[in-house]
Amino acid sequence: MNETLVELSRLQFAMTAMFHFIFVPLTLGLSFLLAIMESVYVMTGKEIYKQMTKFWGKLFGINFAIGVATGLTMEFQFGMNWSYYSHYVGDIFGAPLAVEALMAFFLESTFVGLFFFGWDKMSKRKHLATTWLVAIGSNLSALWILIANGWMQYPVGAEFNVESMRMEMLSFSEMIFNPVAQVKFVHTVSAGYVTGAMFVLAISSYYLLNHKEIAFARRSFAIAASFGLASVLSVIVLGDESGYELGDVQQVKLAAVEAEYETHPAPAPFTLFGIPNDETQEVDYAVRIPYLMGIIATRSLDEEVMGLKDHEKRHRERIISGIEAHKVLDVVRDGTATDAQQAQFDAHKADMGYALLLEPFVEDITKPTPEAIEKAVDYSIPAVAPLFWSFRIMVASGFAMLLIFGLSFYYSTKHQITKPRWLLKIALWGLPLPWIASEAGWFVAEYGRQPWSIAEILPVHTAVSNLTESDVIFTLVAYTSFYTVMFIVAFYLMQKFARKGPTQLAKEQEEIAERERVLMRLDSEGENS
Amino acid sequence: MIDYESLRIIWWVLIGVLLIGFAVTDGFDLGVGALLTLVGRTDQERRVMINTIGPHWDGNQVWFVTAGGALFAAWPLIYAAAFSGFYVALALTLIALWMRPLGFDYRSKLTNPTWRKSWDWALFAGGLVPALIFGVAFGNLLLGVPFEYDNMLKPTYSGSFWGLLTPFAILCGLVSVAMILNHGSVWLQLKTDGKLQNRSRSVSVVLSIATAVLFALAGVYLALGVDGYVITSAIDTYATSNPMKKEVIVESGAWLQNYAKYPWMIIAPVLGIAGALACAALSKVNRSGFAFVASALSIAGIILTAGFSMFPFLMPSSTVPAASLTMWDATSSYLTLKIMFGVACVLVPVILAYTTYCFYVMRGRIKEADLNQSHTIY
Repeated sequence: MNETLVELSRLQFAMTAMFHFIFVPLTLGLSFLLAIMESVYVMTGKEIYKQMTKFWGKLFGINFAIGVATGLTMEFQFGMNWSYYSHYVGDIFGAPLAVEALMAFFLESTFVGLFFFGWDKMSKRKHLATTWLVAIGSNLSALWILIANGWMQYPVGAEFNVESMRMEMLSFSEMIFNPVAQVKFVHTVSAGYVTGAMFVLAISSYYLLNHKEIAFARRSFAIAASFGLASVLSVIVLGDESGYELGDVQQVKLAAVEAEYETHPAPAPFTLFGIPNDETQEVDYAVRIPYLMGIIATRSLDEEVMGLKDHEKRHRERIISGIEAHKVLDVVRDGTATDAQQAQFDAHKADMGYALLLEPFVEDITKPTPEAIEKAVDYSIPAVAPLFWSFRIMVASGFAMLLIFGLSFYYSTKHQITKPRWLLKIALWGLPLPWIASEAGWFVAEYGRQPWSIAEILPVHTAVSNLTESDVIFTLVAYTSFYTVMFIVAFYLMQKFARKGPTQLAKEQEEIAERERVLMRLDSEGENS
Repeated sequence: MIDYESLRIIWWVLIGVLLIGFAVTDGFDLGVGALLTLVGRTDQERRVMINTIGPHWDGNQVWFVTAGGALFAAWPLIYAAAFSGFYVALALTLIALWMRPLGFDYRSKLTNPTWRKSWDWALFAGGLVPALIFGVAFGNLLLGVPFEYDNMLKPTYSGSFWGLLTPFAILCGLVSVAMILNHGSVWLQLKTDGKLQNRSRSVSVVLSIATAVLFALAGVYLALGVDGYVITSAIDTYATSNPMKKEVIVESGAWLQNYAKYPWMIIAPVLGIAGALACAALSKVNRSGFAFVASALSIAGIILTAGFSMFPFLMPSSTVPAASLTMWDATSSYLTLKIMFGVACVLVPVILAYTTYCFYVMRGRIKEADLNQSHTIY
């Protein structure tokens, strides 16, 4: 049991996933905005909407390229860094990843080529269909990846097979219609639409503040404001809460996010502010709103929201129960188990994963010391403060964007021509908000799952590959360095092209083309003479 | 109703199709990347080369991603053992592959010559490194990989990155490089004109012959110098996947036994060599369309040769031969294979249809003059 290896592997996964997730939401949202703009172009025939599609499409391309590159890492690092995970749940978890590639990546990636290169080779309508297919493809890919992720949080439709020593699929449809996956999908893609809308809104505001590209920016602003308002409402209203009722990890996550150490009598209060203290298991300086938590989490006034202390009690019971299954695992695998041993295994196999929580603390998990059990219980609950704070950062960013989009929408319907400078400034400076919210949200979802890689089935330290520390340090350093350079390059191009704006960009490109035409003519004359 | 045994065979074929699909489609854009500085002398020529693959590289690359996803879903034990085993090599491949989306899209966005030259070299590495490493990886599969399982079936690889670079594996790497670069040059023949096309033709002639010769050499080496693996216990093709339930011995010349047992399999190596030689001849006489088909057939033949030689092995273990992974004991469960086969039956024809449509829309050669026509071009 090598704790450093586990920590390094987790760090690497978190780094690569969060880095990839900088670009994904923008692709999700911007692809739809491009499709909307181009639809307006095809319906009205107004050339400016075509220019808009092309210009925002160019920025989309810069983001898309780095998203594709960093996505490659994700597809392979389960096998690379989490080989026991891949063995243990590949039978179920691999399926949505493969479907994602077949159903979504091919669609998105094939048509994105036509989107960029097909402008002059296809009819207007066919090109529009292409743009829509890119948007649909990227959203389908989010659907399948969140089905996979939802299963990690709430693993349904699978059962342990002693012969193959892994989880095997019982029902594909249960996995697809996993309620956790469904809410996650809606929440995440809406967050993507918000990101796309905020991006267009902020850059359009920049042009309006600088009195350039007025006609272009006004239209982009209006589309972004309405699309953004609808999306931000959807993110907030359809938010993640409904998923929290299901499954142990979701409940523990909810209690940690709310710093609910104690089970409060129903309906529980909502902690608006406070400083969670894992040592004393209390929230210092808490400001609480009575009843609110109970209503949000249980949609009722009489159900309790279980606090972390009670979760710990339950986890202790399940760890002890899981040990009973591991005691007879070998004989059950050999087929030499007596009826009593088989019965013991069947009675406790649902808790096998909990006994694996003991691995970092004892040599043989079937013979734990009482201290080891206490350590495992402690380990079964994620640290509260990071979850408490990142959740609040996400929610605050969400409401700030609701305000920005609400005002922007109001002003673009009521006062189409001019907008107050203060609004444009807020919209411009609000640009980082969707990224802050997305990354914080991702953190809540995944850090809140700790110590599990698959909830209640497989802890992270069991899931990790048997690599050497130096292997993982090598890739961590290499990935981080390359990602940093790639980010700087992409960011440089993005801001450069965004600052220039469509008119100047078109003009510069015409000048370059002209210069190169002259050079080519000189070239060929030189050769002929 | 399809039974478990048939599904396991079907998935062996489907993974083969995906790998061939990857090599035939993504192969040419990896090849174009690796040839960028060799075939393209001026910035304009390099831009033409990049724009021949501009609309296609991303779709092509999905064959690679899908191969990864399909391995995960259909052969999770391979996905787990191979990717964690070849850890450093795969990481280098990924880093090289990152260069491509960025290089294609960003290179021509600025006119600064240093910027463009840096991306040219990044694209060169992005094409060459994966081609080399995939070949080396296949070589190591044929040699056997030092890995074993513990009681919980957790794989541990006991080799090192440098241990992968044995003479036979390097030879396989060179076969792969010649094959992929050749495929790129044939694509360039098909999609460019003038000087660029002529240069690509000369390159194709050399690389096709190199592919045939290196592949033949690797075959001889395999026959004489590489020990194969044989299952000596009874094989239950319907059994639950567990690689530790069989006995395996190492035997010299065992990798050729399948060709005696199933003589039709000889078609794969023959196709590998004949396709490459035909490609050389067709490039010489400027029939680039047929040359592309010949190159594709040669690639299919070469990949199938590796698969046929090892059949039913997928990843033999050199340290504990009994832990070797085969197509009978490294697969997903019956239900997963069945569902994923159903998904593939529906989606693969659709994918082939729209991919064909995309190539159809973008048909025709790219000329230098085209570069200044459209401002969405790379």
